[in-house]
Amino acid sequence: MENIIETWDITKKYDDFTAVDSVNLQVPRNSVYGVLGPNGAGKTTLISMLCTILHPSSGKAQVNGYDVVKNPTEVRKSIGIVFQSRALDDILTGREHLEMHAALYGVPKELRNQRIDDILELIALGKKADEYVKTYSGGMKRRLEIGRGLIHYPKVLFLDEPTLGLDPQTRESIWNYIENLNKNEDITVLMTTHYMEEADKLCDEVAIINSGQIITSDSPRNLKRKLKADTITLTVDDPEKFVENAKNLDFIKDIFVVDSEIKLMVEMGENLVTEVVEFASKIGVQIQSVELEHPNLEDVFIKYTGSRIQGEK
Amino acid sequence: MSEWEGIFTIWLRETKRYIRYRSRIVTSVVTPLLWLIIFGTGLGAAVRFGGMAGGYQQFIFPGIVGQTILFTSVFSGVSVIIDRQYGFLKEILVAPISRPSIVIGKALGISTASLIQGVILLLLSFIVGIQMTLICFVVSTILIVMISMGLAGLGLLIASFTDSMEGFNLILSFIVLPMFLLSGALFPITGLPSWLQFAVYLNPLTYGVDALRFTILGTSTLPLYLNIIVIFGFALLMIFVSAFVFSKKEQSLM
Ligand SMILES: Nc1ncnc2c1ncn2[C@@H]1O[C@H](COP(=O)(O)OP(=O)(O)OP(=O)(O)O)[C@@H](O)[C@H]1O
Ligand SMILES: [Mg+2]
Repeated sequence: MENIIETWDITKKYDDFTAVDSVNLQVPRNSVYGVLGPNGAGKTTLISMLCTILHPSSGKAQVNGYDVVKNPTEVRKSIGIVFQSRALDDILTGREHLEMHAALYGVPKELRNQRIDDILELIALGKKADEYVKTYSGGMKRRLEIGRGLIHYPKVLFLDEPTLGLDPQTRESIWNYIENLNKNEDITVLMTTHYMEEADKLCDEVAIINSGQIITSDSPRNLKRKLKADTITLTVDDPEKFVENAKNLDFIKDIFVVDSEIKLMVEMGENLVTEVVEFASKIGVQIQSVELEHPNLEDVFIKYTGSRIQGEK
Repeated sequence: MSEWEGIFTIWLRETKRYIRYRSRIVTSVVTPLLWLIIFGTGLGAAVRFGGMAGGYQQFIFPGIVGQTILFTSVFSGVSVIIDRQYGFLKEILVAPISRPSIVIGKALGISTASLIQGVILLLLSFIVGIQMTLICFVVSTILIVMISMGLAGLGLLIASFTDSMEGFNLILSFIVLPMFLLSGALFPITGLPSWLQFAVYLNPLTYGVDALRFTILGTSTLPLYLNIIVIFGFALLMIFVSAFVFSKKEQSLM
């Protein structure tokens, strides 16, 4: 089995509103797969169907070779999930949450304590591990939930906005753990995220979803390459004159002035910087600085969805 | 994973929750004592009942035990709604454990809570002058667990049809209080008008209170075997039905 998750026209309708619209997803085994989309795009709904919490309105899906509707128990045995919304019990301690989860997922007794200790070290709860969850900060709760999702080494791990609201160090350590887990264990990760950096760093493949539909999917590298848009940012002594003349250059696809900086959208920027500099001196404009930027995932996202991902948050 | 371990895990969590909310334990023992001491003494002094060897206070003691089990069991069952609101139910329901095991684990946890309260009350029975023997103590605890299983199943069933705690008062007024008042906890169930008699016999708690009264005081209205059949039957039915409903409705519970 090549793809550990596969969907065929999976659709979820709430009355006549379609939250997920004929999605065909193929997630290769042992990959880290990202789903990017603005608020309300249908990410959580999609994940909920894959982990048997919601029945699809139509279409079908398989996880680890099992149909999510016909064989939910087998699917549940194969997966771990960190929900977007909180799912903790205030009056249990962090350690107890891990113990309970390990027991419910059948982690062999002799492995449990070791795993729990490893996870507690990762999520760095310190002394708090043995205090009630109601005394935790938001970030600690999140770390606990992520640790819990990892403890039974699931075949597929679903992470719905795993690091939202965490501080940079914690995020970094969780990324490292996910990377190591993915490298050393037979585990596939499907995650949604609002952090471009996270998707870029962790994901082998990214799908961009908007209004319930997958618009495109590929590796972050290819997505950026396909955009064919490097940005050359210039500051000059006479921006108006420069822009007026540069409009006619045919290698410039687009030109903006943002906060007195000139941004030129071009293809294959590294070959063009010298040409731009020569052109400027020819028309008698002094260049103060030049900078070349390759597109980031955010640009890809803006191109496909027409909005910035962090927009309304 | 064995289902046994799943049941045990759910039971353990339920029991920890109960023990940690100390105020709940305190109120669940103080409330019945208030009934016994104030209501029992007051009404017992004002009205003379025939055929109550040990007086009114002793008569209502098994009834008050039944009342405690009733409130604890039904409300703990209904508290699944809170688990749902906090998202914790999702964590349990998405685990690879069968829905009947979840229901059984919960019901066992709830009956453990009832058992703790029941034992405290039984130990305090000397207050109203009851002499507790070991055998009567043991039989009472078994009855308490069985009665509680059925009522916990009922609570879970109600929870699976209720979205929020807004329905709480409705449940109190339309289910829990009528069950208490119609159980013969506070008055003998013989010689009632026939409409009331009918309602009393329809109430499963009646049989529980009657069985407890037989065990603790040696008097009862119905034969013990009949009471026990009804108690067991009700427990099995409620657990079975709520396990079935949890399996059927799991999507709307998560
Ligand atoms: N139970 C429901 N009933 C009706 N509509 C719903 C329900 N749940 C979700 N929706 C709608 O489905 C759409 C997709 O929601 P979903 O939670 O999947 O978005 P999301 O991509 O996860 O967003 P976010 O980034 O904010 O988490 C939204 O427009 C939402 O309003
Ligand atoms: Mg979401």
